[in-house]
Amino acid sequence: MVDSPEGVEGQGFFATSLEKVVGIARSNSLWPLPFATSCCGIEFMATMGSHYDIARFGSERPSFSPRQADLLMVMGTIAKKMAPIVKQVYEQMSEPRWVLAMGACACSGGIFDTYSVLQGIDRIIPVDVYIPGCPPRPEQVLDGLMQVQELAKNESLRRRNSPEYQELLASYNIK
Amino acid sequence: MSEQGLTNEKVLENITAVFGEAISDAHEPYGLLTVTTTRDQIITLLTHLYNDAELKMNFLTTMCGIHYPENKGQELGVIYHVHSLVHNVRLRIKIFFPIEDPVVPTATKLYATANWMEREAFDFYGIQFEGHPNLIRILNVEDMTYHPMRKEYPLEDGTREDKVDVFFGR
Repeated sequence: MVDSPEGVEGQGFFATSLEKVVGIARSNSLWPLPFATSCCGIEFMATMGSHYDIARFGSERPSFSPRQADLLMVMGTIAKKMAPIVKQVYEQMSEPRWVLAMGACACSGGIFDTYSVLQGIDRIIPVDVYIPGCPPRPEQVLDGLMQVQELAKNESLRRRNSPEYQELLASYNIK
Repeated sequence: MSEQGLTNEKVLENITAVFGEAISDAHEPYGLLTVTTTRDQIITLLTHLYNDAELKMNFLTTMCGIHYPENKGQELGVIYHVHSLVHNVRLRIKIFFPIEDPVVPTATKLYATANWMEREAFDFYGIQFEGHPNLIRILNVEDMTYHPMRKEYPLEDGTREDKVDVFFGR
């Protein structure tokens, strides 16, 4: 159960700010889009499985359509040829959207310091949470997801309309 | 090796009898017969190996490009591996040519499988296969402007930032 936010409680009513309620709702039903390209994807499968069970955090529905996804989880090496596809998937997601880069390759290119590999997905899309490791353990993935939950919970409802956010997207050349 | 008794010696004898001087530098590292020929002869040689009743080398196992920058005038090369499925004998053929003139006749008319392999050699080494039906990049991004396996280009990605160290370099 999720604790109720701060508010004024009385007989038959409860008053709080809409922002808190929306934040709680969003953070406890983050639908992830697993963009798994290599061994980090295997580790994510363990995270999805019954032992670690990502469903405990409201993410039991991996959305394989970007249009219904809230969280893009990029897990694995992204080759330069794959980069436009990652970007297209990100562009197809509707706001609010979060991005989680899992593993050394997605964060920085990892050991693949070579002409054919994208040196971190933050070259093409904005990233909210980075999970280090090669590959990270499921516990780390869960911790990363909880960081995203924390972001979702505390995000201002107007953030996505702010000039800073528009500027951020514009710097990645995303409409 | 083979039950019919096709040995490396017999293969070498056979092709030397036909091509003579065009076959050079024959040796057998790890028992794999390796010869060098010229790009003018390569298609004739492959066709001969394909059609010869004794050799029956009609399977192109693999082919690839190679770059030796220190071999002046012979920098680029293409290596073909042909296999005789009947005799279970393999032959490696190398050709070398100058980097300024990287043109090789295509093997696609003989082997359909050479199509993608030649595209790969073109992609990574810039070798132009004359007569290839569709010589475009196969693995790298289409807008890449160079041929990355040539040794004049760095292997590392130039845009990497986290490894830059002011005292020790990359």
